[in-house]
Amino acid sequence: MGSAGRFLTRTRGRGRLHWTDWLTYGYLVLGIFLMFGPVIWLVFSSFKTDAELDRFPPRFLPYAQQTVSLDGYDKPLPLFRVTGGDLEGEVVAQVRRIGLTAQVVRPDAPGEVIKIARGERVPVERVRLATENYRDLFERFDFMRYFWNSTFITLVATAITLLVNSMAAFALSKYQFRGRAVVMALVIGVLMVPQSVVLVPLFMVTREFGMLDSLWGVIIPGAATPTGVFLLRQYMLTIPDEILDAARMDKASEWKIFWRIILPLSAPAIAVLAILSIMWRWNDFLWPLIALSRSENYTLQLALNSFQGEMHTQWSSLLAMTVLTLLPVALVFAFLQKYIATGIASTGGK
Amino acid sequence: MLLRLISPLMNLIDLPMQFLQRRFGITRLAWVFLLPNLLLFGTFAFLPILLNFAYAFTGTDKILLMERSFVGTENFVQLLDCDNYLDPNTCVRDLFWRSVHNTAWFIVLQVGFMVGLSLLTALVLNRKIRARGFFRAVFFFPVLLSPVVVALIWKWVLQRNGILNAGLEAVGLESVVWMLDRHWAFFWSVFLSVWAHMGFYTLILLAGLQAIPRDVYEAAVMDAANPWRTFRRITLPLLMPTMLVVLVLALIKGVQTFDEVYAFSGGGPGSATTLIIQYIYETGFAGAPRLFGPAAAASLLLALLLVVLTGVQLWITRRSSNG
Amino acid sequence: MAGEQKPVDTSRRARLELRGVKKSFGGAEVIRGVDLHVEQGEFCVFVGPSGCGKSTLLRMISGLEDISAGEVRIGDEVVNDIPAAERGLAMVFQSYALYPHMTVRQNLSFGLENLRTPRAEIATKVDEVAAMLQIDGLLDRRPKDLSGGQRQRVAIGRAVVREPRIFLFDEPLSNLDAELRVEMRGEISRLHGRLGNTMIYVTHDQVEAMTMADKIVVLRDGRVEQTGAPLELYNRPANLFVAGFIGSPRMNFLSGSVEGGRLRLENGEAVRLPEEGFSLREGSAVTLGIRPNHLFPAAGEGSGLHATVRSIEQLGGDSYIYAATPTGDQVTLHRPGQTDLQIGTDVYLDHDPQVAHLFDSTNGQSLRQV
Repeated sequence: MGSAGRFLTRTRGRGRLHWTDWLTYGYLVLGIFLMFGPVIWLVFSSFKTDAELDRFPPRFLPYAQQTVSLDGYDKPLPLFRVTGGDLEGEVVAQVRRIGLTAQVVRPDAPGEVIKIARGERVPVERVRLATENYRDLFERFDFMRYFWNSTFITLVATAITLLVNSMAAFALSKYQFRGRAVVMALVIGVLMVPQSVVLVPLFMVTREFGMLDSLWGVIIPGAATPTGVFLLRQYMLTIPDEILDAARMDKASEWKIFWRIILPLSAPAIAVLAILSIMWRWNDFLWPLIALSRSENYTLQLALNSFQGEMHTQWSSLLAMTVLTLLPVALVFAFLQKYIATGIASTGGK
Repeated sequence: MLLRLISPLMNLIDLPMQFLQRRFGITRLAWVFLLPNLLLFGTFAFLPILLNFAYAFTGTDKILLMERSFVGTENFVQLLDCDNYLDPNTCVRDLFWRSVHNTAWFIVLQVGFMVGLSLLTALVLNRKIRARGFFRAVFFFPVLLSPVVVALIWKWVLQRNGILNAGLEAVGLESVVWMLDRHWAFFWSVFLSVWAHMGFYTLILLAGLQAIPRDVYEAAVMDAANPWRTFRRITLPLLMPTMLVVLVLALIKGVQTFDEVYAFSGGGPGSATTLIIQYIYETGFAGAPRLFGPAAAASLLLALLLVVLTGVQLWITRRSSNG
Repeated sequence: MAGEQKPVDTSRRARLELRGVKKSFGGAEVIRGVDLHVEQGEFCVFVGPSGCGKSTLLRMISGLEDISAGEVRIGDEVVNDIPAAERGLAMVFQSYALYPHMTVRQNLSFGLENLRTPRAEIATKVDEVAAMLQIDGLLDRRPKDLSGGQRQRVAIGRAVVREPRIFLFDEPLSNLDAELRVEMRGEISRLHGRLGNTMIYVTHDQVEAMTMADKIVVLRDGRVEQTGAPLELYNRPANLFVAGFIGSPRMNFLSGSVEGGRLRLENGEAVRLPEEGFSLREGSAVTLGIRPNHLFPAAGEGSGLHATVRSIEQLGGDSYIYAATPTGDQVTLHRPGQTDLQIGTDVYLDHDPQVAHLFDSTNGQSLRQV
């Protein structure tokens, strides 16, 4: 019992590794495996050819069959190593497959067709990244369009959110006026009733504004967030009022006080809200799903979701697209990891 | 650079704002600062809340309110019409009740596992370990992934010819078609939801653990408290307020779960993983005819639950910040 | 400290001994070999400037900190590898470290519960200690509802209830205001008198050390500079550091060389040196130490140490005069009563060589003959 308890508290055996330390590191290694494993598997898989993706059991590295271009044949021919019969040990190019036999040629003598049994050959393979999976995304699917839609929504919505929320937070933290308590209560009210439970009327209102099936219809309805108002107000309350009075003595207008003094001083809180907003918007799914109907307006998330319905067998493109969708997040995370973590912990989420 | 772009714009706003300041005085200028935010709240939050009632009490598949006919409590009556609430098949809106059942089970399992695993992970991360920052990041990063990406990652792992089945066969077990089995599909829905959100709660709990002063633990050591008692009598009680916040937050988010499960299973097989929000979405938007009335009525019931939960959450945070 | 005097239970007293104790964090050595005896029932104060290692040394004795080298003995037992909980010690922390979620009674009981003391006995002991420390009215309150002084008493009570072999105090009074600090100082001393336990007390305040200790250990940079009774340290400091650290205001130091039984300063002036008790070598570089209350204006004009008055503090009953010598040394005079000296006047100072101190300027050690 004592040792189990020791595992649960901060303390640790002195010097050498206690068995609870082994347990701890075991848990952490399992954690790495479970949390990173699937993502890494996805990334590796996205570089595999369709043939390799169909293979069971799967192999870890992306293999592809080698091919050779020979005179007299339009397409590159797949290479095989012969495992039995007269040609045993030789590498041949397969011209055609008929039933249980395969017609092959020696690469140095493309004119002479030889028949061998299908069971007596194995493909010649090497590790190759199937980058065509990614190329296809740009050539055959309109990846850039979805990427742009997502980026546009994310940036514009975040800019509006920051401005509108910081103005409201400024008013609620630095002015004494009648009705302030009422406004605070309203903000809490909005916090209690998220978008997901007013979908039907929200749909109607957005439609009446003519914003349905446009990017603005995704941006505007969620632009003012109660979390943002709370977060910024809480921070602005810590800025001493004397600074405002000093600025007023210096004949600064209220707007100037807001944007030249309060905003710069609130930079840490604003940065946190910016990161949160970017994350919410980039990953947003339900409301865009309802508000956007034409596929050229789709965000990356919507496109990805609809592709998985349309191309359920064509994993190669789907996997590549998934990787590209998660890439910006991974990059941002790699650079801002610590900041994001503290920011999110401090607000307790949306 | 960005600042240089914004700066002239802000100075431009200064002129009309100065005019308003002279006109109304400083105190009433507060309303001008509030205006944009309140307009957005009013239009896209309050108006919809009120309209939701209007939709819930009217019928037909028309979206415009004047074209809709008043049906009274009919939508609610239908939603709540059940012979036996424990058996969705006896209900008029059987899919709604199935989604309620699913959501209830989902919350119980998801919140339970999530809080338990987050606590365990936070305790592990709070020990004297090497590379704590790295391990914290390992558990946290899925929080940032989009729900669709999370769904696809696990779909790929779980697909019929996927790596998990390969692993099962490698150790001599039979492979399973996970997504066609209702119980497995439900299990994996809960699993991937926990996987995706666990890091967030771990982070909050870790912050709570680190807020417990070190010397209190040292005092406990001097008081000859064994580690198990230290955990039970010191760590747990001091972590309780944080645990409560985490629990309520997880509940609030849990009942609203839609994105990752919908993208993962589409609610299937059958309706095995259809949750309430998906029911609302499909009733109101995906099907034909679009049944706005029942969707709004279901939303209203869900909103009621959320108001209660958020109220509890605010009460806890207020109490613990005052205490 | 109400209640009648009880016979002191000597079985709970323990002797403490440190042998060549060292501690390093990473590559840095913070305790560089400490040898020390603390006798049964002694009140021992570790004093030194911040960063000298006194708290680390206390935590090593408590078991909260590992010992890199050397031995810690409590009683006849080497406790290096005995966990803190089993060493039979109790500690009062600088921040009190009360359990914030427990009432005062629970705070006091927790340690006894951990030792599986019967419930009735715990209640009796807690009540007894609470009465002794005058916190019996606070037993159902939580730490956040107590004042600083009350928290301090609870923290002490928590240690007393455990009936430890040795009490450890880690700067326990540093969070209190001045008045309360004097009061608690007295209470802790009386507590020691009453319980008779061995106590080790860490402080950076030499006044606390002087007023409370049976034995003072002066530490600097992880080394013991001197060990001894308070007045022994005051009267016979072993080196410049101890001389400067013990006593307030600080001892005045004048450096120069020995010339014909006098101290020749840089600017050629000569000051009287003690005639006996110190080993003087002609021409050697020495530092003369004079306590501020042993320095006074010379009777005759033009003889003694020349200095200019820079500032004066008149406290009514005492006066402090701060002056500078032509060589740039600051000297302080502590005179009883009030002074009529003015700022800016030149004075000639004399001192009593019988109570002066003399140190080797090169290594700082005292030149006193043993």
